[in-house]
This record gives sequence, C-alpha cells and structure tokens, in this order.
Amino acid sequence: MNERAMLEEEVKFSGVSYSDDICSEDNLVYEKPETLLDTPNHYCPGCGHGVVHRLLAEVIYELGIQSETIGVAPVGCAVFVYNYLNIDMSQAPHGRASAVATGIKRVYPDKYVFSYQGDGDLAAIGTAETIHTCNRGENILIVYVNNGIYGMTGGQMAPTTLPGMKSSTSPFGRDVATTGSPLKITEMIAALPGVYYATRTAVNSPNNVRKARKAILKSFEYQKLNRGLCFVEIVTNCPSNWKMTPVQSNKWLEKNMLPYYPLGDIKIPDDKEIK
Amino acid sequence: MKEFRLMKGNEALAEAAIRCGCDAYFGYPITPQSEVLEYLSLEASARTGMVVLQAESEIASINMVYGAAGTGKRVMTSSSSPGMSLMQECISYIACAELPCLLVNVVRGGPGLGTIQPSQGDYFQAVKGGGHGDYSLIVLAPSTVQEMVDFVRLGFDLAFKWRNPVLILTDGALGQMMEKVELFEQQPKITAVETWATVGKPKNREKNVITSLHIQAEKMEETNIHLQNKYKAIAKEETRYETVRCDDAEIILTGYGLIARICQKAAQLAREKGIKAGVFRPRTVLPFPSEALNKLAQKEIVKGFLDVEMNAGQMVEDVRLAVNGLKPVKFHGRMGGVIPSPEEVLAKIEEMFMGEPV
Repeated sequence: MNERAMLEEEVKFSGVSYSDDICSEDNLVYEKPETLLDTPNHYCPGCGHGVVHRLLAEVIYELGIQSETIGVAPVGCAVFVYNYLNIDMSQAPHGRASAVATGIKRVYPDKYVFSYQGDGDLAAIGTAETIHTCNRGENILIVYVNNGIYGMTGGQMAPTTLPGMKSSTSPFGRDVATTGSPLKITEMIAALPGVYYATRTAVNSPNNVRKARKAILKSFEYQKLNRGLCFVEIVTNCPSNWKMTPVQSNKWLEKNMLPYYPLGDIKIPDDKEIK
Repeated sequence: MKEFRLMKGNEALAEAAIRCGCDAYFGYPITPQSEVLEYLSLEASARTGMVVLQAESEIASINMVYGAAGTGKRVMTSSSSPGMSLMQECISYIACAELPCLLVNVVRGGPGLGTIQPSQGDYFQAVKGGGHGDYSLIVLAPSTVQEMVDFVRLGFDLAFKWRNPVLILTDGALGQMMEKVELFEQQPKITAVETWATVGKPKNREKNVITSLHIQAEKMEETNIHLQNKYKAIAKEETRYETVRCDDAEIILTGYGLIARICQKAAQLAREKGIKAGVFRPRTVLPFPSEALNKLAQKEIVKGFLDVEMNAGQMVEDVRLAVNGLKPVKFHGRMGGVIPSPEEVLAKIEEMFMGEPV
C-alpha cells in the first residue's frame, strides 16, 4: 500500500475529510532537504539520532556544501548514518572517527569534514584519538551524541552512565566507587588550546533542537574560516535501553541527565566575524 | 641521468616515497624504523607539499591512513612489529573497504616488546591475516636497500591497480644498513579523482560510502567472494620471485629478504665444497610463489630444500605446502634478533643433507 492509499484509508477510518489544498506552497513550513534520504529509519521510536541527522542534513543543505562535505560514521547505532545523509561518508573503526576525519582533512584541507560519534565510541574506546585530535586543533567538527549508554550492543554501561543508573552491565546501578564517575569529556577537551568552540546541547525539546541546529551551523561556519576544532555535544535519550517510552525518556533526560551534563556553551570563541 | 646515493634503508624508503608523489604519511616513532618519519619530517613538505603527521599512536596513524586513502590519495605509514600489531584492526577495515595504501613493517625481534634487532617473526602476521576476517594484503619482501626504493613505487602501483593495501615486509637490518641505491626521478602527484573516493558528493553522482559493514550475511558473503576472487587474480598476475643458480642445484635454500642474501653466500660456500646449492627467494611472500617452487621440487636433480628464517619457522609452512611432500624440506632458524651466518647455514646443509641419504 502506498502512502497516499494509506492516508485515504486513515481518512475513511477517522471520518476526517482530506483535502489536497493543505499541501499548498503557502502552507509550506518544512521541506526535506536533498541532503537527507528517504531511507526508512532503523532507529528505535523516540531516539534522538534521527533528529540530529536531520539537523546535519539541513545545515549542510542550507550552507550549500553538499559537494564539499565528507562525514565520518562511528561504530554503534549511528554507524548507519551514511544510509540517511546524502553525502560522501567513510565508516570508521570503533573510536577512531576523529583520526579518520584527520586523515581526510589533512589531504583535503578545503573540504568540510565532520565525525559523528556516540559516547562509548568517543569517550571510552576513542578517548586518545578524541583528545589528540582536539589538541592538534584539527579544523573539523566533532558531533558527539551522548545518551549515557551503549545502544547498539544492548544497553551496557558507558563512561557517561549516571551514578546509580542501571544498565545490563551495572544491573544494580553504576557504582562510582568501582567504575568511576561519568566522564564529562566536553569540559575536558574545552581546556585544550586547539579547541575553538565547545558546546553542549540536547534534542529533547523544540527549543533545544533549535539551539543544537545553531551550534552545528556555527561550527561549519568556523570551519570555513579555518578556526580549529569545533565540538558539539548533544545529550540524547535511549528509550529502548533506558527501558522507557519516548516521552518518559525525555522527561528522565531533563530530570537526570541535564543536571549532570548542563546545557550551554563551554568554550566560546572570541570571534568578531561571526554573529 | 642516473642518480646514485649511499643511503640507509629507512631513509631510502622515505626518499622513494617523496619521489613517488606520495600525498601523505602518518606515523609514530618506533625503533628500528623511526628514520622514516624523521627523514620525511625534514624533507617532504618543502619538496612536494606532502603531508607528514606524527600521530599519537600507531592506531591513530593507520586510521588517518584509512581516512586519507578513502579520498583516493597516495598515502602510507610505517612501523615496526609492536606498532604493526596495533594497526591490525584497521588494516582489516582497509582491506575490506578496498582502499589502496602502502604499509611498511621494519620487523624487530619479538614476541612482546622483544628487541630492536632484526627479525622475521611477523611473517605469519603479514601473510596469514594479522587482523580479523578473511583478507589478504599484497606483501613485498625486499632484500636490498635498492629494493626498499623500488618496492615503494611498485607498492603504490599495485595498491592502486588492485585497490588493496600493500605491505613492505622488511627488517631492522635492512632498515639500518647503508647501501648504494639508484633513485628514480620525481613522479607527479595524482590529480585524477577516483570514482569511489569520498571527496564530497557532486550533483551528478550518487554519494560514495566507504565501509566494511554489510550486516546481512548474504551480502557479507558476496563481499567475501569478491575479495577472494580478487586475491586469486592477484596471485595469478603479481607473484614475483628470484632464483640464483637453481638450474643444476641439488639443494635449494629458501629464504626471503635479508636471509636470501645470507643463503646466497652460503650457497657459494657450499659450491666451493662441491655441494650444488641454489637459492629460491620469494619477492612477494603474498602471493607466495608456490607454483615455481613446486616445479623446482619436481626436478629429479633436486634432493631437498633448506628453509632459513629469522624466526621459529613460519615461511617454511608455505614452502612445505608448495613442495607438497615431493622432497624433504628442512628448516634452520634463529630467533630474537639473531642473524644466522653463512657458515652456520653451510654447516646445516652438510648436517642435514650430506651426512645421510635423503
């Protein structure tokens, strides 16, 4: 059954009349950018990755840099980001996305390069690559999606899992005495001179989504000006592995994740050229 | 005009990389190959604009190679044994994603931290996998400083011809020794953009994705079959070897790299004593020249083989597979960074083949 037939079926069922007039140019509020593909999404319902993908696609489209952008996909749920973004992409070994991005950027310094990484990828197995890429001040964007858990492998404890938070490998809650405290890696890398811009956003509410979009947009603009490394952390949910509904997970995020991972700029560039 | 220079193996290799029009080198210091990174740091950028970057680890170096190779540029790294172990995961990715690049292992004695002296202990790692999954590199084994130069160019050519990583498997002695080399002229850099390269998607083509992930088993098997077919074609077209005085030889010494030269001297000493010895030297240890070796084994005059290595016996397995029981294959090896002497090899020939009927 195609989309239109499904819609008609729904109209018949609900009794609400359907009119083509709704889809007029005057009413157009959102158009899918050509940098985003129609591929059916594999993410769990309510997952934040889809929103972050869309923001990247929108920004790349808006800046008109599709033909100059190369992305690097991580290992983890977002490994399939290259199925959704209509840009050239390379898939990196676990944790190494920023090193792979470095390799690309060094031989093509005029292209826009970004890596897309989760918290297990970036803040556990890839810590060394993350810190040194930041320290070298590579002129790239690192998009760091932090949901406090290993998603793809089925909900194990991540370096970012909150104290007391249950996961399949911390079934009684994370014990900081034996497993350490959640790693605030954005604060850590912000201390490095090579990092130009470091910020923490979220995609749990329309307001936060807008801020995350702006952070990504600014980062690409800084990259154009060759300013150094931009690091955008995006705190998200993982309804499936947190074992919550999407709505519950967003509420839980607000109540538990955000106090530990406060939103806002961590390192702001002193830059007159960018408003 | 021919250009000759007296050069250290590692430096000659680095010089050859610059002259090949190599676009980028990513590496990390480790003895006995640090001169490659040092030489390039000093020379490369000013001469050709080549990118030379010292990474924070061998893991980072090889991943930078992976990223840069994905753009279709000529890129390389070099290391020595423990560093190569760290790179194996990403080499598996590179092989599966079919990216051309040049790798160099200046082998030192192992296992573990081992020693900085020359060894051939990484043969298995180089030719039997190293990383996870079914993949093959093309492995070139130079035995002179001249070949350290020539194989850099050959390596890049083969890497791009087959879209496959190429490894130069050498050792600490060849890396450190100085010999006369003839250098080739400066080659231009690649300007053409490969159709598969991730350089940004223009309007008129589909996006390019470099990945080794095919989550459906059937799709992954297809990828495997494709790779295996490629390796078969490589074996058919790219196998290289050298024979020295094998025509009338009764005893054939087999050895690669530095050892082949020691075998050559041992064969000469043997002939002085009236023992007809020859040397068979694989120049590519992967693909291994099995067919040529088997043909030698079929010769009636050949009494047997003595494989000599600087390890506990690794290539000897490939020699035995090739000889396939036609003739006895004996082994002599030194380990942990010790180089066998020609006299020692000669003594082994006498002990193994001359004392009793074989």
